Amino acid sequence: MRKLLIWLPLAMFLAFMVVFAGGLISPESKTIPSKLIGKPMPQFALPAGIAGKPGLSSTELANGQPHLVNIFASWCIPCIQEAPQLAQLAQAGVPIYGIAIRDRPEDLGRFLARNGDPYRAIGGDANSSVQIALGSSGVPETFIVDGKGIIRRQHIGAINPEDVPGLMSALAAAK
Amino acid sequence: MIAEAGLAALWLAAALAGLQLLFGIMGVSSGRAELLAAVRPVAVVQAVLTALAFAILIYLFVTVDLSVALVVANDASTKPLLYKFAGTWGNHEGSMLMWVTILAVAGGGVALFERRLNERTLIATLAAQAAIGLGFYAFLLFASNPFARIDPAPAEGQGLNPLLQDPGLAFHPPTLYLGYVGLSVAFSFAVGALITRDVGAAFAKAMRPWVLGAWILLTLGITAGSYWAYYELGWGGWWFWDPVENASLMPWLAATALLHSVTVLATREGLRAWTVMLAVVAFSMSMVGTFLVRSGILTSVHAFAVDPKRGSFILALLAIYIGGALALFGLRVGTVREGSRFDAVSREGALVINNLLLSAILGIVLVGTLYPLMAEAVTGEKLSVGPPYFNTAAGPLALVLVAVMMAGPVMRWRRDDLKAVLTRMAIPLLVAAIVLLLVVLLAPGIGILPLLGLVAAGGVGLGSLAPLWKRNLRRTPLFTWGMVIAHLGIAVSMGGMAAESAFTKETLVAAQMGESHRVGPYTIRLDDVQPVAGPNFTAVEASITAQRGSNAPFTLHPQTRTFPSPPAETNEAAITTVLDGQLYVVVGKSDEAGRWQLRLWWKPFVTLIWAGGALVALGGLLSLIGRVRREMRHAPAERYA
Repeated sequence: MRKLLIWLPLAMFLAFMVVFAGGLISPESKTIPSKLIGKPMPQFALPAGIAGKPGLSSTELANGQPHLVNIFASWCIPCIQEAPQLAQLAQAGVPIYGIAIRDRPEDLGRFLARNGDPYRAIGGDANSSVQIALGSSGVPETFIVDGKGIIRRQHIGAINPEDVPGLMSALAAAK
Repeated sequence: MIAEAGLAALWLAAALAGLQLLFGIMGVSSGRAELLAAVRPVAVVQAVLTALAFAILIYLFVTVDLSVALVVANDASTKPLLYKFAGTWGNHEGSMLMWVTILAVAGGGVALFERRLNERTLIATLAAQAAIGLGFYAFLLFASNPFARIDPAPAEGQGLNPLLQDPGLAFHPPTLYLGYVGLSVAFSFAVGALITRDVGAAFAKAMRPWVLGAWILLTLGITAGSYWAYYELGWGGWWFWDPVENASLMPWLAATALLHSVTVLATREGLRAWTVMLAVVAFSMSMVGTFLVRSGILTSVHAFAVDPKRGSFILALLAIYIGGALALFGLRVGTVREGSRFDAVSREGALVINNLLLSAILGIVLVGTLYPLMAEAVTGEKLSVGPPYFNTAAGPLALVLVAVMMAGPVMRWRRDDLKAVLTRMAIPLLVAAIVLLLVVLLAPGIGILPLLGLVAAGGVGLGSLAPLWKRNLRRTPLFTWGMVIAHLGIAVSMGGMAAESAFTKETLVAAQMGESHRVGPYTIRLDDVQPVAGPNFTAVEASITAQRGSNAPFTLHPQTRTFPSPPAETNEAAITTVLDGQLYVVVGKSDEAGRWQLRLWWKPFVTLIWAGGALVALGGLLSLIGRVRREMRHAPAERYA
C-alpha cells in the first residue's frame, strides 16, 4: 500500500504529461472560435467605408449565395499579406464583402490602391461595434456566410496561399 | 559587440553550470575533498556571469539597440524609460533570461551563505540547482536566444504590448519569478537530501528561509496581479480563475502547505516524506505554470503566444526534472526514517489537516485549469471552466481550512486535549456566532458562501490573535508575531472577498450628457467626453461628477486608450477609494444617439482583499526576519560545536 502511494505522484505526473503532449500536438488551440458559427449574422448597418462604394448591412448578406465577409483595416500589417489571396478568390468569382475597422476613407483609399480592391462593398466600422458583435478578436478575420446569412466558418488571421483551397471548398459546401 | 558579450557570458555561465553538476556528482559519489570544495566557487561565478548577461540585455533595451531582434520586437524609442527597462522581461526571451538569472543567483546565494547543512547534502543540492539551470540555459541558447541580431536594423521598434505598459506590471513578473525560483532552491534541497538520505531537522531549517522568502514574494505577486487585473482590464472583478492566475496560485498553495509542514519537520522531526514531496510539488507547479503560460496550449488574456517548438522544449524539461525528482522520491523515500509520532489532536495534527486541505484545493485548481485541455483531447470540443466550478469546489474547502487555521495556532505540539482547545477558542467562536446573527438579521439572503465567509472572517480575525493571549508581548518571538499577522491577513482578505461578493452594486447605462445615474450610495453625472493624447496613445476621456449623499462632489476621469503600435485598446477605470469601499467607473463606446456606455460599480470593502494580502506578506516577512535572526544567533555555536 505504502509502496503504491509512493509511486502515485509519478503516475499522476506521467498522465498529465500525456495530456500536455496531446495539447501541443493539436496546434490550432491558440484562438477562440466565435460562438456565432451556425448562427445568423448579427443585425447591423454600416455606412460606406470609402466614397464610391456601397456600405454594408446584414440584410444584404442574406442574398441567396455564399460569400466571404472579410474584416480588415488599412493599419493592419497581416492584411497586406492576405491581399493577394483575396484577389485570387475574387478573380475566381467569390463575392467578398469588407468591414473596415477603425479606418479613415483616405487611409483606406491608399490601402486599396496599393494592395488591390477585391470588395463588392465596404462597411466602415468606426468603433468596432460590428467586429465585437461578431465575436472577432482581431484583424484580419474572415467569415464564410451562406445564402441565408448564416455564418458557416470563421478564419482567424491572414488567409495564406495554402488556406485558399479549403475556403473554396467550404464556400462550395455552403451553397 | 555588446550583444555578443551578453551571449558569451551566457554560454560561459552554461558551461560553468555543467561543471558544477559534474563536480557535484563526482564529489558526492567519491567524497573527494577537492571536488567538493570546487562546487561553491563555481556556483558563485556562474551567478555573476548570468547576472552580467541580464544586465547587458537591460542595457540594450534602455539604449534601444535596434540591431537586436528582441529589442526591435518589444521596444521603441518613444517608450517611457520605465517601460524600456521593464520591456526587458515583458517578452518571452527576456523573461526566460530573467528566470535563469534568478535561478543562478539563488544558487550562488546558497553556495555563499548556507552553513548549517552537512557538506555532502549541500553539494548535492548545488548539483541539483545546476542541473535545473542547465536545462534552462539550453532552452535559452538553442530555442530563445535573446541576443539574436537583426540585419538590416529597422528605423524603429515595434513597442511593447500596451496592456503591459503599467508600472504595476513592470514589477509584477520579477516578483512572481523570484517566488517561483525561490521554490527551485527548496526543490534542489529536497533532491539533495534524497540523494544523501539526509532528511532531517537541519535540512528543514536550511530550506525554510527559502520557502518563506519564495512564499512572501508569491503572496505579493498574486496580490499585486489581482489588483492589476482589477484596475487595468476594466472588468471590475478581482479574480478570474484565468489559467495564468491559476499558474501563480498553484505554487502558492503548494508553498503554503510546504511552509507549514517544513515547520513540523524543523521543530518536531515529523512529516519527513511529505515535506520532501511538497518541496518537489511546489517547484513542479512553478514549472507547470511556466509551461502553461509559455506553450500557448491554454487560452488566456495574459498568455504569451509562443510556438509549439518552445512548448515541446519546456515539456521535455518538465519531464526530466519533475519526472526525475518523483522517480528519485519513489526510490529513496522508503529508506528515509519515519519521523516522530504525534496524536491526532495536536499542533501537528492540525497542520496535517491544513496540508491535506491545501493539497485538495491545489488538486481542484489543477484539474480545473487542465480540464479544457483534457476535454479537447477526448471529445475535440473546446470549452472553458469558469468561476462557478472553482468557487463551488474550492470555496467550501477554503472555509474549512480557515476554521482549522483558527484552531491550529492555539494547539500544543505532540498531544493536546480537545476540550482545552475548544476553551481556548471560546471567544473567537462567540464572535463568529455574533457575526452570523448580525449578518442574517441585517442582510438576509446574501448566499451561503459570502455568509460563511463573513462569519469565518470575524472568528478567524479574532482567533488569529489568540496565540498572543496572556503572553508578554515584548518577549514574544518575531516569528510568532509573523504567524499572527499572516493569519489575520487571511481573515481580512476573506472579509473583503465575502463583502465584495455579497454587497457589490453594478449599473450599466447608456448615459446622455448631463444625465444622472445611481450606483450604491453615489450619484453619477456624465459631464463631458474629450479626446486626449498620451505619450504613445490617444484616448477618449470622460469627465464624470460623483457625489455621495450631501458630501462634496468630485470628478472622475475614466479613459479608453488606443495604442497604435501594436494596435490595441485598453480601459483605464477611474477608481475612488473611500474607507468603506471603492467606486469603479469605466467608460465604453458611444452610440449614434450620442449616448455613452458607462459601467458603474460600488464595491464595499473590496480593498480589504489586497490589504489582507499585504498583511499576509508582512507576516511572512516578520517570520523570515525572526528566523534568520535566531539562526544567526545560534549558528556560530552549532558550527564550532
